[in-house]
Amino acid sequence: MSEKNNKLIPLFSFASGLLFGLGLIISGMINPGKVIGFLDLAGNWDPSLALVMIGGLAITTPAFRLVLKREQPLFESKFFLPGKLDIDKNLLSGAALFGIGWGLAGLCPGPALTGLASLNPTVLLFVAAMIGGMILHYITLERS
Amino acid sequence: MEDFTPFSALIGGALIGVSATLFLWANGRIAGISGILGGLIFAPKSEFTWRLLFLLGLLSAMVTYMLLSGGAPDIQIQSTPVVTILAGLFVGFGTRMGSGCTSGHGICGIARFSKRSFSATAVFMLTGFITVYVSRHLLGLGL
Repeated sequence: MSEKNNKLIPLFSFASGLLFGLGLIISGMINPGKVIGFLDLAGNWDPSLALVMIGGLAITTPAFRLVLKREQPLFESKFFLPGKLDIDKNLLSGAALFGIGWGLAGLCPGPALTGLASLNPTVLLFVAAMIGGMILHYITLERS
Repeated sequence: MEDFTPFSALIGGALIGVSATLFLWANGRIAGISGILGGLIFAPKSEFTWRLLFLLGLLSAMVTYMLLSGGAPDIQIQSTPVVTILAGLFVGFGTRMGSGCTSGHGICGIARFSKRSFSATAVFMLTGFITVYVSRHLLGLGL
């Protein structure tokens, strides 16, 4: 098990991205109108997107358990899991800010990046601003 | 509720779950989109190729869909350019600060019973609901 075929990592990354993007498109997550319809409890509420999460978790919850029972992944020598365990101020403030942005435009990172290929100008603008926000965070809080 | 699309939502969600599982099984990593994109900008060069290929996979999904169906899926824009820029800045800044977005926390983190991901998902859902209420019903910012 020591010799890992690292050449397959890019291929499996591409395949995962492809499946993920198809999931976002088929589920309707790609559509800001659908997202706002889900977040608009006081309007004409559309619960569809709750089912996207339920469908996703119905797979990942049991399957992650099986995968993480293995000593290592197929093409890497270890699993790269988030190290932080405590609920801190950054986690909660960051999530709060993300939710505000999500509610304003109905776009989150996955659908926005997938939607780039449709060349929709609003999606392009959103992705540029999102990268700007990431750089802004790096400049103000990460680079010390 | 005439827009309710339970079957495509469940099938699409399951595909996302299969993708995240494949990614963890093969490459040992969490399929968090904001993290993959952020790493493309800030992480070491050795991490560049797989991140870029994951993003190319996302773009190829759209191209594949457009080739097969003969057009783009519904992308009903909900924001003016100024609000879009503001939203993008919030999403970019917030996902870096909060270590993840809908995919990393909502689909992958909750599946691992991560307390951080449960908390983050509850918070971004809550502020998402509040933002839509305030912007659509109080301020009239929607399109």
